[in-house]
Amino acid sequence: MASKPRASRARKNKPLPVGSEWTFEAIAEYDEAIGRVAREYRLDCYPHVLELISAEQMMDAYASIGMPVYYHHWSFGKHFLSTENRYKRGQMGLAYEIVINSDPCIAYLMDENTLPMQALVIAHAAYGHNSFFKGNHLFKQWTSADAIVDYLIFARNYIAQCEERHGVETVERLIDACHALANVGVDRYKRSPRLSLEKETLRQQERADYLQAQVNDLWRTLPPRPDEDEANEEARFPSEPEENLLYFIEKNAPLLEPWQREVVRIVRKIGQYFYPQRQTQVMNEGWACFWHYTLLNTLYDEGRLSDGFMFEFLQSHTNVVYQPPYNSPYYSGINPYALGFAMWRDIRRICEEPTAEDREWFPDIAGSNWRETFDFAMQNFKDESFVAQYLSPRLMREFRFFSVLDDDTRNKLQIQAIHDEPGYRALRHQLAEQYDLGSREPNIQIWNVDLRGDRSLTLRHFAHQRRPLSDSCATVLDHMAHLWGFTVRLERQNADGSIELIAERQSEKRRHRSASPTP
Amino acid sequence: MTVRIVDRRFDSKNKSSVNRSRFIQRFKGQIRKAVSDAINHRGVRDLDNGEKIGIPGKDIAEPQFGHGRGGVWETVNPGNDRFSSGDQVDRPQGGSGKGGSQASNAGEGLDDFVFTLTRDEFLDIFFDELALPNLVKRQLARIDQYRSVRAGYTQSGVPTNINLARTMRGAAGRRIAIGGPYAAQLRALKEELKALLEHARPEDDPELERIHREISKLRAKIEALPFIDTFDLRYNARIRVPVPTTQAVMFCLLDVSGSMDEGRKNIAKRFFMLLYLFLTRNYERIEVVFIRHHTVASEVDEDDFFTSRESGGTVVSSALDLMHEIIVARYPSNLWNIYGAQASDGDNWNDDSPHCRELIENSLLPLCQYFAYIEITDGPPQNLWEEYQKLLAAHADHFAMQRIASVTDIYPVFRELFRRRA
Repeated sequence: MASKPRASRARKNKPLPVGSEWTFEAIAEYDEAIGRVAREYRLDCYPHVLELISAEQMMDAYASIGMPVYYHHWSFGKHFLSTENRYKRGQMGLAYEIVINSDPCIAYLMDENTLPMQALVIAHAAYGHNSFFKGNHLFKQWTSADAIVDYLIFARNYIAQCEERHGVETVERLIDACHALANVGVDRYKRSPRLSLEKETLRQQERADYLQAQVNDLWRTLPPRPDEDEANEEARFPSEPEENLLYFIEKNAPLLEPWQREVVRIVRKIGQYFYPQRQTQVMNEGWACFWHYTLLNTLYDEGRLSDGFMFEFLQSHTNVVYQPPYNSPYYSGINPYALGFAMWRDIRRICEEPTAEDREWFPDIAGSNWRETFDFAMQNFKDESFVAQYLSPRLMREFRFFSVLDDDTRNKLQIQAIHDEPGYRALRHQLAEQYDLGSREPNIQIWNVDLRGDRSLTLRHFAHQRRPLSDSCATVLDHMAHLWGFTVRLERQNADGSIELIAERQSEKRRHRSASPTP
Repeated sequence: MTVRIVDRRFDSKNKSSVNRSRFIQRFKGQIRKAVSDAINHRGVRDLDNGEKIGIPGKDIAEPQFGHGRGGVWETVNPGNDRFSSGDQVDRPQGGSGKGGSQASNAGEGLDDFVFTLTRDEFLDIFFDELALPNLVKRQLARIDQYRSVRAGYTQSGVPTNINLARTMRGAAGRRIAIGGPYAAQLRALKEELKALLEHARPEDDPELERIHREISKLRAKIEALPFIDTFDLRYNARIRVPVPTTQAVMFCLLDVSGSMDEGRKNIAKRFFMLLYLFLTRNYERIEVVFIRHHTVASEVDEDDFFTSRESGGTVVSSALDLMHEIIVARYPSNLWNIYGAQASDGDNWNDDSPHCRELIENSLLPLCQYFAYIEITDGPPQNLWEEYQKLLAAHADHFAMQRIASVTDIYPVFRELFRRRA
């Protein structure tokens, strides 16, 4: 890492390669130059590897959520086909980059891209995202960059083994069910244990045996004792509602085989790994955009980049951070790249050139060292809190934000707040809530298991703002019933405390003597 | 520090191919329907390309818990150009625009999911569950496939093929057999020793010493037997046996007489193209003989068969005669599975049709595994059809006939004629 001062100074002003054709040498030269600037800005990154891949491989990577190894499932084939179709018809360009939160960090470069695009991707992914992965507390806490690839290999091998032993269709049916519940299979507050290949493999069998024993115990048939029954009538299981549906299934579903529990666990663990990404989209993308913009501009200021390079770079940069207004045909919600990029730029501005308004709103960061403020903000927030903390009135004016209340009991929409003095705080609060996964996704919890009766499982949806569930919840319930093996019910608890039954799935999957498996 | 750049462009490309084929496997029903719809909209010649397929999106949705429309939503949107707080606004019509956009996942998936099948995937589904009927395996004159099978054990071979259990068993047996007499002597000596020791004897008793000497001599002899000897080695033996394979020939008989107008010829050719593609794709060793006829029949090559234009009157039996001649000359029926497919508009010299029936019944069907007749007409059945119908009852297994009225019938009729039988 120690830079050789003379060599780097001698090369410092030498222009970087021009033209649109890339070569390995040119990419290495760009990486070195960008890396040097990043170190000058004290960006703390994992070491990285650049992997050059073809467009088709990029689509492969897309289909498996960017992961270099993944277990097989038809849904990834579906994603591949739809990506391929749209790409071939020219409806969409492929994303320029995929970067994997691993140590070393892997960034993919697509061979069809021009040299300036490769440089942009290097700055964006290999330095921007990479430093975010390394610094942000959510990633530090929830993911193990050094172990993820190992774990994915373990998962793929394990599931392939299961397919050999139990048949592709059986395993596929199980994974379908798990995927349907993956979004409600994350721990939102607890720290997940570290993932590691050796540990997983070593402890997998142990865990399987132990769990099976536990579950069997749970369903032990005791001779009925009337007096005790009455005493325990109020006893509930689980004693506290459980929000991690997959975790509950893994630990408690009575009829699952040990290997099925392990598969549930794999899907749950991988879902958990992606949870921080879902929580930090604005911050993460904004951070990466800010850094590719800053790093490349710094290089340009040093005279190492040509004007042609900058034109091409700025053209794709502005495309990425463009925010269409609400009434544009291209509008599909707030562009996280645009908002994130603007916010990080704004924070730097508040640090360097604060106005009176900034001093009033952000007394602790106005005029501070921007790099330190950046690191603090990058490390300690997620989208929700980041917006709540750092969205400035000036930015709300620039974006011309306004907040709309859509109440289905009223005929008209109401504008709640706009970018003016009385509206700033409401607007900021509202936008922050919009990025809160807890309120964006329905709150569904395991409410009760009828231990003494028919073993039916009750899920409860805590309706927020009277928002109903979408139609697909009935299908998800089918999957839930498949995993649980007995009747599953979904209830809604309204704001006034009233309970209503939304859907119910009868299921009786007990092993019968007959050879035919239950559908 | 220079960065590590890995060139993965030439790594295996189809990482997703497993997932892709699983997807196709899973939705085979829907895809097959889409494929058979698609075939009606294009020429059979295009089969060499892939096909764009649409299947209903709702069938392949991946459901998750999500919010539906309704309830109270408050959303922040950019680009305010006219509102101030407290304004009441009409709900925007249609899906786009502000408000209600969160509920999009409720409506998602109603559109068709469109993707492109590769040629292979397309043809796999296209010819799925089709087979030549009555195909039997016959020992061939031309054998080029062997199978390696176990054939006991041999005394020579390569070390990887050593059969340990056999070898050790042989070694143990040899040791017992050769060492047996010594062991018996040893036992006898031990008995003797035991008997001597029952009476107190001095340490240096010569008798005792002799016995001890003998015992150690015998022990040495037994120990000198080699534990394992080259003589014991046994190897797994494998031999190659020829595999009987199927060999088949398909006769395509096309009527090109004047009564077959361009449209009908076109249908017939499409049918044969489908047949030809099916055969070449699903069977490794198959020969196809093309015969075209008007008043006289001639054997032609593939190109001529599908492209040449020539017409005249009609004598169907000429083609059947030629087919019979060729079978006798080149395809002995004890070695070949013989198939025939005949396409015609059914128009024939009246007195020729009964002759055709007799030819098929007496000289062709005894040699053929299967003979299919396709009549291409949208009108009432012609005299050939009526004659052939008399064959149906007696030869249900070996003879089939179908009518094709229009291009869209080709695929269903083809499937019907060649569907896999139980």
